[in-house]
Amino acid sequence: MNESLLAERCAEIAADHTRIRTRFPAAAREIGRTPGTSPEPGAERVEDDVRVRLLVALRDGLAGEADALSAEVHDLYRFGDADERRAVLLGLGELGDAIGDRAVDLLHDALRTNDPRLVAAAMGTYAARLDPAAWRQAVLKCLFVGVPLRLVADLDRRADDELRRMVADYAGERRAAGREVPADALALLSEHAHPHTSRET
Amino acid sequence: MRIFDPHIHMSSRTTDDYEAMAAAGVQALVEPAFWLGQPRTSVDSFVDYFDALVGWERFRASQFGIAHHCTIALNPKEANDPRCTPVLDLLPRYLAKDGVVAVGEVGFDSMTEDEEKAFSHQLELAKEFALPALVHTPHRDKLAGTRRTLDLVDAAGIEPGMVVVDHLNEVTVDVVDEAGAWMGFSIYPDTKMDPDRMVAILQRRGLDRVLVNSAADWGKSDPLRTRATGEAMLAAGFTEDDVDRVLWRNPVEFFGQSGRLLLDVPEAEQGATFAGNSLLRGER
Ligand SMILES: [Zn+2]
Repeated sequence: MNESLLAERCAEIAADHTRIRTRFPAAAREIGRTPGTSPEPGAERVEDDVRVRLLVALRDGLAGEADALSAEVHDLYRFGDADERRAVLLGLGELGDAIGDRAVDLLHDALRTNDPRLVAAAMGTYAARLDPAAWRQAVLKCLFVGVPLRLVADLDRRADDELRRMVADYAGERRAAGREVPADALALLSEHAHPHTSRET
Repeated sequence: MRIFDPHIHMSSRTTDDYEAMAAAGVQALVEPAFWLGQPRTSVDSFVDYFDALVGWERFRASQFGIAHHCTIALNPKEANDPRCTPVLDLLPRYLAKDGVVAVGEVGFDSMTEDEEKAFSHQLELAKEFALPALVHTPHRDKLAGTRRTLDLVDAAGIEPGMVVVDHLNEVTVDVVDEAGAWMGFSIYPDTKMDPDRMVAILQRRGLDRVLVNSAADWGKSDPLRTRATGEAMLAAGFTEDDVDRVLWRNPVEFFGQSGRLLLDVPEAEQGATFAGNSLLRGER
């Protein structure tokens, strides 16, 4: 990764937020990327870190202007490729307080896709802003599309009886079909007696 | 046999195709933006299509270990529909992206004025974004369309080495060759070009600047025609290295000019083949 160029780009964006429109798409080839492509959700990729840093610079450049920040972030997502969209989702955790609930619709969009890398990226700390029903559906979707539950932020604290019922039904369906139940699902179900669960209910 | 299919419309294909292609040696491909068989009636349909080319399709391919790239353009057929032409204004958004390795498919379908306008405009975009151009040649009136294509490329001041003129045959290959542009051949089950005719062309004029593709799409086509051509080359006495040149190194060299390939090319090979260009820039 080209650290000095990244610092330069961050300063540029903090000074003029519109610069992110061209710098964000070009960031991987200009500043650094992990070689190749991978279908694996949650893989550490250099270009993700680079783009999240650019988003932090955008946040700082638009301090106190939540609507402008939200508009810029929505455009980056709307016109982004899968890599750029993933980076926007990963960056939302860093933008949380600055952007408020304004980008929750981006999580919904990502959770409608079948790309496990986007689904995983949507389940970071910003997913705290999903309502309980949407969040439970999203966890179940993770099991369906193969996103490891270790990538779901706050799972231990937020998992409740309703989620466990849904996962138990899912496990039952798998067993009825003679299929294996993912280890993540079993682990969640075995945490039944865990002392600090069920805060949401 | 490692294969880079430089022209294939995967959004029209199934995962079975991806699986069979990977088994046949396909490790990379380029999906040019084109017509869907069913006309589009709005710009939004293009946007969703382009999003799939830079998103979902890349994911589908990666599941089979295949590096998916695309080209972006308003295709010549739909350049005739005023409901579609405003998409030209959105193209720059996509032309800045990783994995977008050319402007295309541009060119002629029915040789109308509107097609020519869109074609010229997009050649300018290729220049502006320092991207190669992938040019479709018409099914009807092919030789005249090919000549007009080369005139427009010349008028735009684009280096011929940055242009591939595609869907060529015995009648159109020489004018493109003389112009110094790359020559694309689509190997189809029963039209366009077949493996043996392809081999005859390679025997006659050599392997330079030749791209062999399956152009498989929603019509009757076969994503494994690239492999069949490699085998026909071997049967005709070409070496493994010749096959590798045509089916891998040539497309990597042509699209590598974009600096946007998403391949893992070993450093030794990269140094030898791409000295001085920006392929995989910033990866180390
Ligand atoms: Zn095509």
